[in-house]
Amino acid sequence: MIGSIDPVLLVASLMIASTPILLAAIGEMVVEKAGVLNLGVEGMMIVGAICGFIAAVKTGSPLAGFLGGALAGAAMAALFALLTQVFQSNQVATGLALTLFGLGLSSLIGQGYNGIRPPATARLDLGPLSDIPVLGRMLFSHDWMVYASLGLVAAVWAFLRYSRAGLILRAVGESHDAAHALGYRVVRIRVLALMFGGACAGLGGAYLSLVRVPQWTEGMTAGAGWIALAIVVFASWKAGRVLLGAYLFGGVTVLQLNLQAAGVAIPVQYLSMAPYLITILVLVVISADRSRVALNAPAMLGRNFHASR
Amino acid sequence: MTESARQTLLTIEGLTKAYPGVVANDDVSFAIGEGEVHALLGENGAGKSTLVKMIYGLVRPDAGRMVLRGAPFAPPQPSAARAAGVAMVFQHFSLFEALSVAENVALGMEQAPKQRELAARIAQVSEDYGLPLDPYRLVGDLSAGERQRVEIIRCLLQDPKLLIMDEPTSVLTPQEVAILFDTLRKLAAEGTAILYISHKLEEIRALCDAATILRRGKVVATCNPREQTARELAEMMVGATLATPSRAEATPGAAVLEIGGLTVTPANPFGTALRDITLTLRAGEVMGIGGVAGNGQDELLAALSGETRTEPGAIRLKGKPIGDAGPNARRALGLLCAPEERLGHAAAPDMTLIENATLTATIRKGLVSGGFVRWPAARRFAEEVIATFDVRTPGPEVAARALSGGNLQKFVIGREVMQSPEVLVVNQPTWGVDAAAAAAIRQAILDLAAQGAAVIVISQDLDEIMEVADSFAALNAGRLSAPVATQGLTLERIGLMLGGAHGMHEADLDEAHRHSHPEGAA
Repeated sequence: MIGSIDPVLLVASLMIASTPILLAAIGEMVVEKAGVLNLGVEGMMIVGAICGFIAAVKTGSPLAGFLGGALAGAAMAALFALLTQVFQSNQVATGLALTLFGLGLSSLIGQGYNGIRPPATARLDLGPLSDIPVLGRMLFSHDWMVYASLGLVAAVWAFLRYSRAGLILRAVGESHDAAHALGYRVVRIRVLALMFGGACAGLGGAYLSLVRVPQWTEGMTAGAGWIALAIVVFASWKAGRVLLGAYLFGGVTVLQLNLQAAGVAIPVQYLSMAPYLITILVLVVISADRSRVALNAPAMLGRNFHASR
Repeated sequence: MTESARQTLLTIEGLTKAYPGVVANDDVSFAIGEGEVHALLGENGAGKSTLVKMIYGLVRPDAGRMVLRGAPFAPPQPSAARAAGVAMVFQHFSLFEALSVAENVALGMEQAPKQRELAARIAQVSEDYGLPLDPYRLVGDLSAGERQRVEIIRCLLQDPKLLIMDEPTSVLTPQEVAILFDTLRKLAAEGTAILYISHKLEEIRALCDAATILRRGKVVATCNPREQTARELAEMMVGATLATPSRAEATPGAAVLEIGGLTVTPANPFGTALRDITLTLRAGEVMGIGGVAGNGQDELLAALSGETRTEPGAIRLKGKPIGDAGPNARRALGLLCAPEERLGHAAAPDMTLIENATLTATIRKGLVSGGFVRWPAARRFAEEVIATFDVRTPGPEVAARALSGGNLQKFVIGREVMQSPEVLVVNQPTWGVDAAAAAAIRQAILDLAAQGAAVIVISQDLDEIMEVADSFAALNAGRLSAPVATQGLTLERIGLMLGGAHGMHEADLDEAHRHSHPEGAA
């Protein structure tokens, strides 16, 4: 039975399955590093999914689709930024509202787009790399978005670690009062981080509707935004661990689907919950040292800043 | 350098800044010369902070102008002020605990060099000015004195013409203060002007060439602090004569609180572990526990108040083990605590004074019957505290947040004192409180002890401890020294007990340990 699962195909579909969550999680990590807790990832993702889908269908270009998804996600994030950074609303409540709003808005916009196939996203031609036996099919025969998402993770890691702008972003998340006292524009930096996070979530959503599924159905994100949020926390705000968490989740998801198809004698319910359990378990074990995690956690996470002093 | 030889560096003319309901600065004018150490004095709310924020570009004045070296100076933001040669060492709010020293320094600079280069420059400057500092350590792991060095070095790397220091010595040991003053004198000799804000009048008399005194936003006097006594300076600040707290001679009674072998691991990564703390407190005794911030004060208060539970036998109240009892059980037995942080720890900011009074006084004042709060009684109690402690508030239904720091402090201390505790533990009872309110709070502590209660005053203000305490113990890296009588105790001796200047006087530190543990633990 288990022999019917092809490991090559498994790894290949793992990368596809993980990309939406990876994109959303890496964006949310930047937002949280700036000290903002945006629980609206799910909402931004699904609005990105439908807007990206429509843009791709209308123009016939997947690139326009991804751009549309990113813009829609960023627009949702801008709404969140306006409410929390300018009008000082509560971040948790606003984030939850953003998710509910996004789910409703996407079904409204998506009327009449059910059952349509979007234009196919091109594979990235990696030349001889794709011809390597086994490895070529596993790793080097995907669409360009998969590699773009990996590049984004590397870029975010380097940005936060080495660049001055990244240092300022971390400083704002660590103590907004101190950053303000030194003359940094806390609200502007946070709004920019939020827009970046929204664009990433929108991209992740667009990837779902354009490549992973690929078609539009209502509520198609099915909790991917929430697992992205959880991965950021359990990965203790480290880009490398976010990658690990997203791939682990995608991997176990693909594996359990394959196991279900192969008819393994484990109840389906257990298989379905496996990705969530295993991902959180592994990341919790990695970040078992609480004091080191607290060191990496943005101290101002979820706290509103008002320059009153 | 003589007064006449000095070039004027910064002139301030008629600066005015009003906030809704209050004029923070009203037509403030004075001048600072190059190489001058100029003190800015005033009570809380006199407008010192607003004034320096205007010089540093954090706040824009409504009216008035500033002239820096002959050119008009109106920085729209701190980076402009830094570019013009104005640097500021903040009282708090300006360091990032989870970042390294070098990263913290880089954040305060306009064009920060590469980390490695910056680390080399930090090492260079710290050597030049005798301020040892490792650029790669996390700020969260540093002592208060070391943190201040980070701020000072951050300023020095920009070669400032004017250095603003807001309450720099409030968290330092006497030895660290001496090192700081040497650095400042060296800077002044090199021509850097220093604008120095402090409550500590003796320090100002020792360090400053000139002083400008603010009261309610206006300049009320300019003087040479060396020609005034500290008392005269204080009375200029307050605009009234000051009463010194008086204490009656008392003989301590029976032991009420016994702590033996109290060891606590902290919950947060930058907390301090308490190690084997032992002390005995007698009825009528006021014990002062000194120490630089971050040496276990908060953890000790939490262990005494019951927020942190310990071995039952580690803390005994009148012989009864209470180490595992919660705060309410301890209150019922007569052990009350007032923590340092007024807003958010001692008081709930958005609740009224009546509600805040009820929060700790329900048990001893019987404010609850059958599960319901007796609000009329709670209001009477809050009004009683307000009247007795002269808390300036429109009424007891005002939110705690709306009170000024000093008034809220009087309220939270008063709330505990009025419950007639048998043991009262206070942490930093007069932190950030002006002279008149501080005197009132200290008097209340002394009166309580005179009525037979035992009091522990945890404080970083050594003058305060000398004023109220009968015995003194030093808290250093989570260890408590053996208490000694405050009578005849010198500031130098206290400084040694506190562990000297961090990382500078290792020998003194060892000596202090030998003093405090005569048996010697080999």
